Amino acid sequence: MPAKILSIKGDEAEVDFGGAIRKTNLSMVKAEVGEYVIIHAGFAIQKVDEEEARETLQLWNEFLDSTKQD
Amino acid sequence: MMDLRFRDESTASKVISKLREMDLELRFMHVCGTHQDTLVKFGLERMLSEVGITIGQGPGCPVCVTTTKEVVEAITLARSGVTITVFGDMMAVPTPVGSLADIKAEGADVRVVYSVEDALRMSADVERMVFMAIGFETTSPSTAYALLNEPPKNFSVLSCHRLLPPALVALFSMGEVRIDGLIQPGHVATITGTEIFERFAGPKGVPQVVTGFEPLDLLMGVYMLAKQVKEGRSEVENEYPRVVRPEGNPKARELLSRAFRPVDRAWRGFPVLPLSALEVADDLADHNARLIYEDVLRDAPQVKEDMGGCRCGEVLRGIIRSEECPAFGKGCSPKRPMGPCMVSREGSCNISYRYRE
Repeated sequence: MPAKILSIKGDEAEVDFGGAIRKTNLSMVKAEVGEYVIIHAGFAIQKVDEEEARETLQLWNEFLDSTKQD
Repeated sequence: MMDLRFRDESTASKVISKLREMDLELRFMHVCGTHQDTLVKFGLERMLSEVGITIGQGPGCPVCVTTTKEVVEAITLARSGVTITVFGDMMAVPTPVGSLADIKAEGADVRVVYSVEDALRMSADVERMVFMAIGFETTSPSTAYALLNEPPKNFSVLSCHRLLPPALVALFSMGEVRIDGLIQPGHVATITGTEIFERFAGPKGVPQVVTGFEPLDLLMGVYMLAKQVKEGRSEVENEYPRVVRPEGNPKARELLSRAFRPVDRAWRGFPVLPLSALEVADDLADHNARLIYEDVLRDAPQVKEDMGGCRCGEVLRGIIRSEECPAFGKGCSPKRPMGPCMVSREGSCNISYRYRE
């Protein structure tokens, strides 16, 4: 589940993890307050690309429609 | 919000009906405990089997692939008076000389942590601290970060980190199971990128889709695999581009290359796999528990990897499903686990047990 960055102080960020507020190490990703990150074992390992997330949903639907003739 | 849209049921049923129309009999494999959890929890396993697709879990549970020998190393260190920190799922893994939980009950200082940073913090209060580091490419960068950022002098790492691709090489070369396609793990790929899987693609390879963890991610991943099979392609596709970039996370990989060196190591259920594990780098030897406590570890009890009656090894190679193990739910349950696949929440036996009717 993606976590939303609430604040950043050095390598450390406070994130909203589905309602729970936690601290995470942000040193491995470039992300800003308000963006979403994937967290694993206390470290943010990647930023969620919201644009890409929207496109994925759209692509899925197109993908399914386009294969109707299969 | 973002999550809910990735669980949209009408899209899910569309995917299932597409798969039904394709009329296939396929056997896919994934290598991730979180994928297994989603498959079982949301009933996808059953939905997919009704349209001819079975999916098995391979060697994708960090606790499960850690060998008995490595757990005994941690037990031996703890018995010698060193403080051991581990992720919670390691505690109950049984060995012939007991589990970490057993020796904690006997008075050894074994502590559960959620992150290597917890272990770093706790180092201030103890004489000698060892972090038993498990996990694949997703987890090892955090250990690398700790090793490279001036850890306390009394802090060291017992590295049991593994690299996923060598296990896939082994699965294919052992040839024990038919694999029509691979659902590649989204979180490992977050770090490694997607190119690392190309070696398993091509005319002699298998279809692969790097897949996310929501139910729809998995259904789409399966659909994309099925489509590749139908069209005779064996490519690496990415269903999870909102998180997985082709180049992965170069910063994390840079930490890995500085903090560790690849070494040969056995995995549970597998023989010694070449360059399949990460050992603390030579210039960080002051923080390598295997070197610091060499004398203590030399006296570690010699144990057999084979845990009589437990078939975790075969589960991890995808040869049997958890329910096919005669011990499943009888002698072996999460309360009385005979092996790590029943202990870990990422283990296939534990997941099957938790969600069984």
